[in-house]
Amino acid sequence: MQDVVLAMLAKEPAHGYELRSRMRGALGPLGDAMNAGQIYVTLTRLTKAGLVTSERAEGLPDRPDRRVYALTPAGQQRVAAWLTEVNWPKSDLTEFHLKLVAAAAARLADPVDLVDAQRREVLRRLRDAQRAALDHSVDPVAGLLLEGVVLRLRADLEWLEACERMWTERDRTGRASA
Amino acid sequence: MTGSMVLRTRGLTRQYGRDSGLVRAVDEIDLDVPAGQALAIMGPSGCGKSTLLHLLGGLQRPTDGQVWLADHRIDTMSERALARLRRDSVGFVFQSFHLMDELTAVENVELAALLAGQSPRRARKRAMYLLDRVGLADRARHLPAELSGGQRQRVAIARALSNDPLVVLADEPTGNLDSAATVEVLRLFDEIRAAGQTLVVVTHDARIAAVADRMISMRDGAFADDSPLAGAGMAGTGSGRGSGTAAGAAAGTVYGGRR
Repeated sequence: MQDVVLAMLAKEPAHGYELRSRMRGALGPLGDAMNAGQIYVTLTRLTKAGLVTSERAEGLPDRPDRRVYALTPAGQQRVAAWLTEVNWPKSDLTEFHLKLVAAAAARLADPVDLVDAQRREVLRRLRDAQRAALDHSVDPVAGLLLEGVVLRLRADLEWLEACERMWTERDRTGRASA
Repeated sequence: MTGSMVLRTRGLTRQYGRDSGLVRAVDEIDLDVPAGQALAIMGPSGCGKSTLLHLLGGLQRPTDGQVWLADHRIDTMSERALARLRRDSVGFVFQSFHLMDELTAVENVELAALLAGQSPRRARKRAMYLLDRVGLADRARHLPAELSGGQRQRVAIARALSNDPLVVLADEPTGNLDSAATVEVLRLFDEIRAAGQTLVVVTHDARIAAVADRMISMRDGAFADDSPLAGAGMAGTGSGRGSGTAAGAAAGTVYGGRR
């Protein structure tokens, strides 16, 4: 969040509410989940860290927020570093994988049941994201994010199918040799 | 006896091969599909979902068990009566569209009505209405080869609706479509669903969940999981606040690793 807010200030100084509405526009339906106060909390932290400065703005009596925020030189450096940084959000499958292994080893639960429950949850999320993407009013740029969410969830479902095949098979052969 | 069920099966079974090569593609399935339900049946290829769809639509006969389409028991019906019932009461949508290449879009859509003995004028009027409904009124005189994949599938859906069927049965309707065309077809299914059309879709494409009221997972010829999808009726064509927030939760999982 801090990096995103800094980068959005790179073009020109802006009010908090401008940043917020730009971000919501880019996120589309996913922006609804964004907390209104989050931007201001972040801006306060960035100010304390010396990455952002602000001053009171004139001539906007109808807006409660009259501070205009701008990047400091240190803030500009951080934005440049962030843009060239290569990282990628992890989708952590390790824990679920180990849960299946542990459940099967200790005979605590049927791994196939765990896979089923997980699939229902992933399907629910996929359904919500795809429904949001079907809405004609979704802006194409925001729609791109929804497409990414759907693609990832579809990959998760494919992996769960592979899990199910493996654990169904293990179950059968396990019984046969027992 | 079937109440308001559009489709109903009991002990439905279809086997292929024999002896050690025997495969139960559909294995004693009991299914009830009430009027107006949009049902998605999902599973990996080879799980028997296409065979099930063919049994539901009377395109194949079961080895064992019963199938009712509304009040008609179709597994014991004569071939002739079954063909008539299919023509009048079932709309089919296939992965590879199955349009007649030498007929225009409107001719493809009106064909079933003409075969059912409707006057050419009425059949054409209805076909034009349906093409308009699927957003292709301006493509009515185009041949399938002149249409995109998504447009062809929309023509096929218009055709499936031409006899005002009791149920539309779709087999991998997005299987040959790219992402944008899939969205077109999903939107159309959503409109059809919202209009109260009973719909059964078999697919491995989980995106179909966006337009279904109920999802069944199938493996090895049987149902492994059957879950109602809450909120489908409420969400309607335009997604409300609820779906936006839930989508936000979905995005949260993607962003989770960054925080």
